[in-house]
Amino acid sequence: MFEASHLHKRFGDHVVLEDVSMRFAAGRLSGIMGPNGAGKTTCFNLLTGRYAPDRGSVRFEGRDITGLPPRRIARLGISRSFQVMNLFDEYSALDNVLVATPEVRSRGFSMLSSFKPSDFAFATLDRVGLGDKPHVRAKDLSYGDRRALEIALALAARPKLLFLDEPTAGLGTEATARIAALIGGLKRSLTLVVIEHDMKFLFGLADHIYVMHWGQVIAQGSPRDLMANPWVQRSNLGALQ
Amino acid sequence: MLQGLATFALFATLPLWIGKVGLYPYLGVEVMIWVIYALGFNLLLGYAGLPSFGHGAFFGVGAYAFGLSQIHLGTGLWLSLLSAIAAGAIAGALVAAFISHRRGIYYALLTIAFGQIFWFVAIKWHSVTRGEDGLLNIKRPPFLEDLNSLYYFCFLVFVLLIFFLWRLVHSPFGRVLSAIRQNETRARFVGYNVWAYKWLAFVISTLVAGLAGGLFALAQQSAYPNVMSLHQSGFVVMMALVGGGLVSFWGPVIGAVLFFVARDLLGAYTEAWLLWYGLLFMAIVLFKPEGLAGLLKDVRSKSSA
Repeated sequence: MFEASHLHKRFGDHVVLEDVSMRFAAGRLSGIMGPNGAGKTTCFNLLTGRYAPDRGSVRFEGRDITGLPPRRIARLGISRSFQVMNLFDEYSALDNVLVATPEVRSRGFSMLSSFKPSDFAFATLDRVGLGDKPHVRAKDLSYGDRRALEIALALAARPKLLFLDEPTAGLGTEATARIAALIGGLKRSLTLVVIEHDMKFLFGLADHIYVMHWGQVIAQGSPRDLMANPWVQRSNLGALQ
Repeated sequence: MLQGLATFALFATLPLWIGKVGLYPYLGVEVMIWVIYALGFNLLLGYAGLPSFGHGAFFGVGAYAFGLSQIHLGTGLWLSLLSAIAAGAIAGALVAAFISHRRGIYYALLTIAFGQIFWFVAIKWHSVTRGEDGLLNIKRPPFLEDLNSLYYFCFLVFVLLIFFLWRLVHSPFGRVLSAIRQNETRARFVGYNVWAYKWLAFVISTLVAGLAGGLFALAQQSAYPNVMSLHQSGFVVMMALVGGGLVSFWGPVIGAVLFFVARDLLGAYTEAWLLWYGLLFMAIVLFKPEGLAGLLKDVRSKSSA
């Protein structure tokens, strides 16, 4: 479904990604893990069009999407959330979701039609556990709710492939469990790729995991394979065992 | 809703009472033209979050287009106004094509630079613009010779424009513009062509500035480069911010009314009225960036709590 081949990226003299290749199969949940500075978020940024790779290619459903701008990638059915929350802070939770729906996007230049709430927008808020807070402004939501809204925005675009960048960053145990349940519920209904520090979280959900270090993929496989992998053991990721 | 009714009631009845409070009827025409200009400007600043500090250029382009089309093509009122609108939109479309990929301080600086170009051309292209003297003796049609008729003609345009802009800011386009102001990056990642929205917002805003400029030429019966100066461009920014355009559709109405009241009432006592208005502007930026509309909102929410 989605394939990145031999991606390279450097910022000035600093090589951030080197020969990174990944495949995300349809209907599966793939994970990307690694320590801080491993290049995970840069990798996400390349896959979702924020940066163009210096070398390498990205293909989605057989189509070369290398270097396409984010808006065109989004319109192909690829959506993402952000590690640092990127919401429309002054809008209510409902309006955040509405703006992200393809229905509003397709009428975005309309100056005479109305901006009305849709059942789908309410359903999306329900799906992430914000069904009782549609009219609360994004900036007034709790941290955990903002994390959930971040995912709701990505879901509102009705994606085929959803990238989630550290969806549990900064959350406590209870809120992390809530996000894990949410992501678990999304599994199989769409293709998911999740960057995560929390190994327990990722190992409990992912079908396939890529381990990154120093801008490279140092290991990959199922959670069970990786637990036994000496590379993973030796890196500072072995905390799970 | 209440602010809208108050605005319409104020301007609909203004000729009946303005003389009684020691002011003159033409002031109403002037205020309405500037309210139209400030509301269009606020689409850009308040809704799209794009600071244009050279917007006077488009007001001036509208005024010149109105006069030039009348002088050289013999156009009547409607075609002259249409020329003003089209000239504002075309000039805006060209400028927006160069600046819409920018934001923040770079965007603001580019608008100043382009504004200065238009102002310079208006002064130097003497054979067309008549230099610093500008275009004089622009004619009003006979049915607008009377000040009352002129006033209610401007009022009609004013009402239609307010309905158009109100509809626009509550449409998907307006909501997306506001989303872009709040978070341009996210808007890109949910699939919006941010450049195109910024471009179109600028064009609509300059189209309205062109219309206001056309009405100005009609009312003043002249068009001159002073209205395009950086100094004059600053006035509309002050009106939008002092009034509270960042938090309310009606903010620029408050700002424009206050500006002219300050000019005429304070101006009766001191030549330095602009100094006091400037100090008010500074105080608002420092202590209440949401402007007077924000202050009114606070008062209302406190009294209802």
